[in-house]
Amino acid sequence: MGMTRTIGAATIDSLAYLGGLTRLAGSTTRAMFGEIFRERRLPFRRAIHQGMAVGVDAIPILSLISFFVGLILALQGAYELRRLGALQFVADAVAISVTRELGPLMTAILVIGRSGSAFAAELGTMKVNEEIDALETMALDPVRFLVVPKFLAMLIMMPCLTIWADAMGILGGALFGVTSAGFTLGTYMHATMDALVLHDIATGLIKAAMFGLVITMVGCQEGFRTGLGSEEVGKSTTSAVVTSIFLVILVDLVFTALFYFGSAR
Amino acid sequence: MSEQEGKQAGAAPAIEVRDLRVAYGEREILHGVSFDVMAGETMVILGGSGSGKSTLLRTLAGLEQPSGGEIRIRGKNLQTLSREGWHELRTRMGISFQSGALFGSMTVGENVALPLHEHTRLDPSTIDIIVRLKLEQVGLSGYEDYLPAQLSGGMKKRAAVARAMAMDPEILMFDEPSAGLDPIIAAGIDELLLKLKQAFKMTIVVVTHELASAFLIADRMILVDKGNIVAVGTPAEMKASTQPRVRQFLDRVPEPEMEQELDYLQMLTGQIVPLRQ
Repeated sequence: MGMTRTIGAATIDSLAYLGGLTRLAGSTTRAMFGEIFRERRLPFRRAIHQGMAVGVDAIPILSLISFFVGLILALQGAYELRRLGALQFVADAVAISVTRELGPLMTAILVIGRSGSAFAAELGTMKVNEEIDALETMALDPVRFLVVPKFLAMLIMMPCLTIWADAMGILGGALFGVTSAGFTLGTYMHATMDALVLHDIATGLIKAAMFGLVITMVGCQEGFRTGLGSEEVGKSTTSAVVTSIFLVILVDLVFTALFYFGSAR
Repeated sequence: MSEQEGKQAGAAPAIEVRDLRVAYGEREILHGVSFDVMAGETMVILGGSGSGKSTLLRTLAGLEQPSGGEIRIRGKNLQTLSREGWHELRTRMGISFQSGALFGSMTVGENVALPLHEHTRLDPSTIDIIVRLKLEQVGLSGYEDYLPAQLSGGMKKRAAVARAMAMDPEILMFDEPSAGLDPIIAAGIDELLLKLKQAFKMTIVVVTHELASAFLIADRMILVDKGNIVAVGTPAEMKASTQPRVRQFLDRVPEPEMEQELDYLQMLTGQIVPLRQ
């Protein structure tokens, strides 16, 4: 009885949380399109500012991480491929796993750590400082004012960062290919191009955009839900990171399954 | 005298509150309060910590939903107000928050300009002039390009007042304008309020627990205690009041100690809930 109740309560809480996220996504989209139709300028300046923070500033660390991940993939793949005498397929293995899966995923994890947490902390601090209340009393919609620029920035930057991460991952694989698998840089790239089809990159980019949606909504929702007091900001930030990682993996699973069964038919 | 002033400025009340109840979940904070604020009048809402006075202001500003009763501002019932109605009303009300609530990522000038940029079609050079004018009115000329973090507490409050006044509101609300400021700076804020009141004939609602400041600026005042209105009147009427709760607040008498040892014991053991909290 007690356990049933606990499970029931947890389920309802989770559903309510998802409902909140959906509602926030809905009002963000509405605010965004409302701007376009009312011929009001979209908050481009703030979106560009956010885009710099979310995207451009993330490039050095993202490059390094993706490069290493590509190299690790090559090493791990070569381990098995060598036994089968198929070491030349290491380029294919790296190309496909990076573009389809690890590029978008590593980008998402990094962006969660850098920006999802920052969104929650920023909005949480604004909540604690009554700045969100101030926006409302000035008849400025906090969603339009705060969430829309972040969402625009994420929607543009996540696919861009993912393409960059893909490229860096492939370069990482190439380092192994050139030094230990008998490729030249030219032949490695050629093998990579042969292995990839547009579908691989496209599915990765669609996932990246979805991850951007999830990260923005979770970060902002956690920020808006911050209670009073500065320790609450810390809690929101932690919760934003943990929840985002979980939901990104879940969305990843759903989309991967969709792509798989979609292409099998 | 102040009653007459209120009536001269406009016969209709700017804010009407009837049997207002506000609850956070199970806990009711305001237990049915009723009062009017006349147009052009300065109403001070006095009360101790946890009396519900800040909740009252937040509800008037539309930040909390009443659980019962009715609020009318400029004749419009807040509970039945449409989205557009709210939008229109909020551009005619200015609120200065306790912490100032300036946007930390924007300069002082940008903070004041924000509502003008968003709600008017004025060109940027006109907005610049208005911003300078508003900052001059609160004594912050030349601070346009400072970030809020670079200002002192008193200056932040002033900047918040300038922002609240940006749209030339008819109703201005202040949450604890002098809280956390030293007496000299607090006196400066009081002086600013008096100046605004005389210059613009705005309806002003101030929530505070500072007695000196309250008596200086108020036309009328309300004493809120434990979610109820204990007294309403002009400063003179308040001073003359013999009501025990009013006297206790004005004479700054602390809550009496528990007299009976038995009561004290009961409070500690939680056997019987004590009358006072």
